[in-house]
Amino acid sequence: MNRAELNSHEDRLQLIKSKLKWRYAKENIFRVSGIIAILLAVSMLAILFISIIGSGYTAFQQTFIRLDIKFDQDVIDPDNKKEPEALSQADYSALVKTALSKMFPDVSDRRERRDLYSIVSSGAAFELRDMIMGNPALIGTTQQVWFPADDDVDMYIKGHIQVEAEGSGRIKESTVQWINALTESKSLKKRFNTTLFTGGDSREPEIAGIWGAVVGSFYTMIVTLALSFPLGVATAVYLEEFAPKNIWTDIVEVNINNLAAVPSIVFGLLGLAVFLNFFGLPRSAPIVGGLVLTLMTLPTIIIASRASLLAVPPSIREGALGVGASRMQSVLHHVLPLALPGMLTGTIIGMARALGETAPLLMIGMVAFIVDIPTGVFDKATVLPVQIYLWADSPERAFVERTSATIMVLLAFLLIMNALAVILRKKFERRW
Amino acid sequence: MNNLSLLLVVIVLSVAGYYLGRKRSVDVVRGEIRHLHSLPGYYGLFVALWCGLPALVVLAVWIASQTSVITSLVVSGLPPDFRSLPGEQLSLVINDIRNIADGTIVSGTRDQALYAAAKHYNRLKVTGFLAILAVILSICIAGLGLSKRHIAPSMRARVKVERTITVLMVLCSTVAIFTTVGIVLSVLFESIRFFNQIPITDFLFGLEWSPQMAIRADQVGAAGSFGIAPLLTGTLMISGIAMLVAVPIGLMSAIYMSEYATDRVRTVAKPVLEILAGIPTVVYGFFAALTVAPFLRDIGAGMGLDVSSESALAAGLVMGIMIIPFISSLSDDVINAVPQSLRDGSMGIGATKSETVVKVVLPAALPGIVGSILLGVSRAIGETMIVVMAAGLTANLTANPLNAVTTFTVQIVTLLIGDQEFDSPKTLAAFALGLVLFIMTLCLNIIALYVVRRYREQYE
Repeated sequence: MNRAELNSHEDRLQLIKSKLKWRYAKENIFRVSGIIAILLAVSMLAILFISIIGSGYTAFQQTFIRLDIKFDQDVIDPDNKKEPEALSQADYSALVKTALSKMFPDVSDRRERRDLYSIVSSGAAFELRDMIMGNPALIGTTQQVWFPADDDVDMYIKGHIQVEAEGSGRIKESTVQWINALTESKSLKKRFNTTLFTGGDSREPEIAGIWGAVVGSFYTMIVTLALSFPLGVATAVYLEEFAPKNIWTDIVEVNINNLAAVPSIVFGLLGLAVFLNFFGLPRSAPIVGGLVLTLMTLPTIIIASRASLLAVPPSIREGALGVGASRMQSVLHHVLPLALPGMLTGTIIGMARALGETAPLLMIGMVAFIVDIPTGVFDKATVLPVQIYLWADSPERAFVERTSATIMVLLAFLLIMNALAVILRKKFERRW
Repeated sequence: MNNLSLLLVVIVLSVAGYYLGRKRSVDVVRGEIRHLHSLPGYYGLFVALWCGLPALVVLAVWIASQTSVITSLVVSGLPPDFRSLPGEQLSLVINDIRNIADGTIVSGTRDQALYAAAKHYNRLKVTGFLAILAVILSICIAGLGLSKRHIAPSMRARVKVERTITVLMVLCSTVAIFTTVGIVLSVLFESIRFFNQIPITDFLFGLEWSPQMAIRADQVGAAGSFGIAPLLTGTLMISGIAMLVAVPIGLMSAIYMSEYATDRVRTVAKPVLEILAGIPTVVYGFFAALTVAPFLRDIGAGMGLDVSSESALAAGLVMGIMIIPFISSLSDDVINAVPQSLRDGSMGIGATKSETVVKVVLPAALPGIVGSILLGVSRAIGETMIVVMAAGLTANLTANPLNAVTTFTVQIVTLLIGDQEFDSPKTLAAFALGLVLFIMTLCLNIIALYVVRRYREQYE
């Protein structure tokens, strides 16, 4: 296209028009690709939720089997001692076995019998023990008790595993026949899985619960909150309101900004080397987890707090100073209360991140298998995200749905915290 | 809960100190508080600080040292054949003693000496508690009494209290520095111990990573090799895939949100991205292992490709999803910071919206965007749970994203979970990897900050 051609007005118009189509097409392509990008992000979130909920909603129900348990005096307390010691040592699994054999009298083969006994959870014996320990008067009576079914039975009922060619699958033809018989006699049904919410961890999926992890998370978060909120607010107030501009405060600021971008696992290494090996604090304890998470969330809280302090107009400070307040009084009595909602919002968001954090806690041993519910910050404990990691690693099929269910619980907690932050911001947000 | 009750004692005494100090200051001037230098509350605070602070310091020192002091006392009380045990076995014995002391049943050897030691341990714990209680009580009461005596109308209580608060705030702000120093020292210290055993050149330039150390000298394949090349390539591959996913999607959605979207679209899309940002990484890891990896393997099988179930592709894709909101929110900020006048000028001379974005807005926002991408890379490199759950454990030096590769973070986790022999190169290697990781992310962050600062256009 040379200059001569462009000389006439007509030609120029022609050229522009001929290019215009392509330019509009490009415009459209650009806009559509933006839409596609957003749709991709949205659909990925949707896929994630669908796959988690889809694989997890069944965990809220658990198959139970009803057995008529005869609390046989000869088995539980043959010498009639009635002492808790003797009662707790008794062979309760024999009661379950007897009840099962009575239900299916024609099972005689030893191997088949073993299969039969394993359709009820191995936790059944403990349940019976607890019943007797709680009420020794039950001895000698016959009671109908609902036991959680074994995880394989549960998975079969929910359709996650099928009967495979003879002997190779997790569940056998004979077991299926028993299941069908139990279903017909209304001795087998699905109920809400309370154990999932009230139990501690277990190797048996059907009696494993997240309560231990929830309590562990709670203690860890308490420690984190108790340390990081005052520390963060004090740091922010000092840097924003009092600190002179010098090298020292510059170093502090660079440090804070840098810590915000350090990978979380490095904080775990710090916790392992300093808190565990140097100070000798107990492994797997919420106190150490809380300390590590404090260091990790501090930058978030400090940055948010400084932003909300900065948003308080100088006139507030000047007004306070003008009527004779000291600088400390003007900050503590006037600026801080106005900035507090913003600080709380930042803290809640930081806590939500800490609640979902896993990697540093693996480093300090919170990954241990812990059955007991922790009772204090020095007890061995695990937390919700680590529980998810542990269960995701377990081979049993039943743990897959429990992992997903735990994720739903964790996400629900996070959602509540974030909603709280949003509400707080909406309610107290002030524009000057 | 012992420590908590000690804390409560200190708090109760401090509160009591506050009221006593306040009352005293009013009494000193017989109710005419205009004669006081400060408001009565400040005299109260003055007493409370004197009463509480020293005790809190002592309490913190006690809590930090309690376990090790008691343990060393118990160990020194053990019979000599226990004391001469090597470190690891001794720590096992100590563990047994603690378990017996807690009342839990210990399997294995039931040495009478252990039971005696456990009794000793419990006794020491009680003595220690009573001793610290006495110390704290006396410190509190001494501080209370002394400071109360100081109260006089001319005493500048407010100044003193405010100065103390300022000092406390300065101390709080140093926590960040101590954290950085702690990270550097702890990682560096263990790394140096590691490099004493494994030459640093082997570590940096070795092509093989198999951190199995021989338990016996004559074991087959005994010598572990600690070359980080396969880990580096694995990390870079997974991060690269993640960035290939995250950068286009994140950037395009940021552009669309700030330049095209109506308010209604924005009110839907923004929370979605925020939710993506708020999902814990362990959930992404589970998602990668449960859904994405099998899906990719099925697709691969359909196309006749052999996709590993722990392929770098699956981990990278999911990590990319995780980083999308990170890139998009940072880019959104810098794109919004480009002044409207630039856009108006470009549109005024007839450019279409996309031309304006590509030729005017993006170049203006480029430093910020590059900064956000660099921060995203640093995030991807340091990300742990996704790769731990979805990437492999064995170190392959490969360029095929369908194979399993491993990363720095995966190796740190696998080396440190489980056995705790703290002096073996195996555990120390984790700290050396941590050092590499720390340096890499630090460099990326510094470069990102530098790019943003150096090349930022100032529109004023």
